[in-house]
Amino acid sequence: MSILSVENLGLAIGTKSILKNISFKLHKGRITGLVGESGSGKSLTALAMMQLLPRGSRTTGSIKFDGAELLDANEEAMCALRGDDIGMVFQEPMTALNPLKSIGEQVAEGIRIHSGASEEEVQKRTRAILDRVGLPFEKHPLSRFPHELSGGQRQRVVIAMACAMKPKLLIADEPTTALDVIVQARILDLLKELVEENDMALLLISHDLGVVAELSDDIVIMRKGEMIEQGDAIRVLRQRAHPYTAQLAEASTHQPIKNQNRKIDQHSEPMVKVDNLVCEYPGKRVSLFGKGVPFRAVDNVSWKMQKGEILGLVGESGCGKSTLSRTLLGLMQPAAGQIFFEGQLIGSPDGIQREAIVEFVQAVFQDPYSSFNPRHTAERLVGEPLFLRHAMQRSQKRELVVKALEDVGLAASDLAKYPHEFSGGQRQRLAIARAIVNSPKLIIADEPVSALDVSIRAQILDLIIELRERLGLAWLFVSHDLSVVQTICDNVMIMKAGKIVEKGSVVSVYSKPAHTYTSELIEAAPNLARAIELRMKENAR
Amino acid sequence: MNMPATNPAVEPPISEKSGWDRAIASRSFLFGAAITFLVAAMALISFFWTPFDVTNLVIANRLKSPSVQFLFGTDHFGRDIFSMIMIGARNSIAVALVAVGIGMAIGVPLGAWAAAKRGWVDEILMRTNDVVFAFPSVLSAVMITAIFGPGAINAIIAIGIFNIPVFARLTRGSALSLWSRDYILAARVSGKGATRITVEHILPNILNLLIVQGTIQFSLGILAEAGLSYLGLGAQPPMPSWGRMLSEAQTMIALAPHMAIFPGVAIILTVLGLNLMGDGLRDAFDPKLRGEN
Repeated sequence: MSILSVENLGLAIGTKSILKNISFKLHKGRITGLVGESGSGKSLTALAMMQLLPRGSRTTGSIKFDGAELLDANEEAMCALRGDDIGMVFQEPMTALNPLKSIGEQVAEGIRIHSGASEEEVQKRTRAILDRVGLPFEKHPLSRFPHELSGGQRQRVVIAMACAMKPKLLIADEPTTALDVIVQARILDLLKELVEENDMALLLISHDLGVVAELSDDIVIMRKGEMIEQGDAIRVLRQRAHPYTAQLAEASTHQPIKNQNRKIDQHSEPMVKVDNLVCEYPGKRVSLFGKGVPFRAVDNVSWKMQKGEILGLVGESGCGKSTLSRTLLGLMQPAAGQIFFEGQLIGSPDGIQREAIVEFVQAVFQDPYSSFNPRHTAERLVGEPLFLRHAMQRSQKRELVVKALEDVGLAASDLAKYPHEFSGGQRQRLAIARAIVNSPKLIIADEPVSALDVSIRAQILDLIIELRERLGLAWLFVSHDLSVVQTICDNVMIMKAGKIVEKGSVVSVYSKPAHTYTSELIEAAPNLARAIELRMKENAR
Repeated sequence: MNMPATNPAVEPPISEKSGWDRAIASRSFLFGAAITFLVAAMALISFFWTPFDVTNLVIANRLKSPSVQFLFGTDHFGRDIFSMIMIGARNSIAVALVAVGIGMAIGVPLGAWAAAKRGWVDEILMRTNDVVFAFPSVLSAVMITAIFGPGAINAIIAIGIFNIPVFARLTRGSALSLWSRDYILAARVSGKGATRITVEHILPNILNLLIVQGTIQFSLGILAEAGLSYLGLGAQPPMPSWGRMLSEAQTMIALAPHMAIFPGVAIILTVLGLNLMGDGLRDAFDPKLRGEN
């Protein structure tokens, strides 16, 4: 039975048309995945249901919830619905919670407003729902504050707030995008259980086809404000009838073509050698002059890397992978151990060879939006790593910049452009151009594709492989996403709590994980192909 | 760095309209800028021409009410108040401007240094700032002029010193948030040092903020100068100054209210103009307010 039906929904903000002809139904006890790339209008569709659209929005069509029209409903009627019959979970649990209120207060607030129950009853229900989402009272008293919880626990609190009144409809907008894979898997399980228990409808908004395939019964695919396809999730994802669906599915399982004949010589002198590396951050001061115990972010790590190798470094947030890459980039001094580039000692507790590092290794960062000074032109941005070459003429530098731009698929005509004139994917290309302009031998890429849409992600992965084949570049590919690492890397290291728990070739680590943490990670990573297979088997039964 | 970034769709699009375009479109900025321009023009003209010579005391003309001949009337020495206000503007603007200059010239590098170095440098600089901030500014200015003697130069120094922590804090705060950006990381990976990064990446990106704060400090400087010369610690006679004109008017207030009204109005209008201009600039450059007008 449908609990919410959207019919011919149209939305315009100002003079700009955002949504056109959106129609779908949500059913009790079923999960509907709403999929699309950025700018597809999926979040605005959800906000239209909650009537939380930005000012100046005009809607047409109809959204009926439980038989009542929402688009004409006044603010008072919507307030009664929101948090009672319709709950919402947001992407970023830190900003969705009020940092000044305890978790108990925040969950109780909704119950108090909507149920009018006695204070004793409110407290009882608050405890019950927090217990249900996996925050038992004994371990997590109601007096805890959001900053005392981990990201996953915070998202549980947000879910508790949304589900406290047993809503008929729960809207979850990218509920796990900001979380680590293992935590993501647990949160998705929790959502699924809650749907079954309360017989509620769940609208799961996601850019990740793997997540949607694992969870959803139905699917709605959107692009640029229009609905592309909808229907049974597994059928749609298997048949891929619409070209855009096929394109999305291909992009999320994209396998860049590698030169199979390429052999990485594991026995010759390694290009990068890291011996017993330890990196520490100063601890909290115990007294005015007493130093605290330092926090060991990287704990006695040793590994090697060959020329032209793509090495994956996988682990969840806080495992030390960013600290390790910063140390390799010469931004941090190791507390112990040594780093050699081509046999030359470039980093140890005694000092860092900054100039040698700059010529040897460059970096690409995660967010293509904050990677560039908005006031500089592409020429100046890409040419930045050349600044140590004082002897070089301006025209020579420009030549190198143009070559780097062409290498990444941009053109000399882009030289005078500013960052905001490039799209997200082009900016990541620009970031790669900056990293290769001074012909380094190693590029450290810290989550280079996790902020990108799937189709752009596939292009960037292709580019990384292409640059390796053509220029012989080695990549240290830092990521939390195992499926991406699997498609692109030769070898992989799994890092946990500052230690490397497993390393080896991608094939052997993925097929026969030696460490339980590795198998947990592989298990938890959303994977479109595996999810479809699994769901098919379930349905057959 | 480990967390996947927010969905790019949520990123605000970078506005192509610059802050200056928005500022020019804002009414409060234009109004404030017009007043400020008028006062500055008055000060400049006073170098070449004033209706009357203010060093010439004509007792016969004393305490004349405003008329066609004496636009704002005359004081107890028979000097033309309009001419004195013109020359006083020169004095007020010079003192406030140089004081803001001192504040910026010392405060901005200190703030940028603290943000770049962090650690104990940051602690020492900022705690020293706090100490300077903790003194009531006029009281300390009185102290400084009491030690070094009254005069325009010492007033400038006194007001300038209190501008330092304002700019140091502003610079440090906004520089700190920039230091965590990826493009700063990229510059460090390119081998650039803290000084170079500060000059190339940090300062250009906080210039707008500094200009806005500068305008506001400028208006506060004019007020402070008026306050000091009211107490007789600013510019010394025969140089006319708005604050001293007010204090001289005090005993004549019942006899010749115009002696107090016109310098008072001059101070209020100048401060108002600068504040409106500063507010307009701040609104135009504040990303949080973007897209609302």
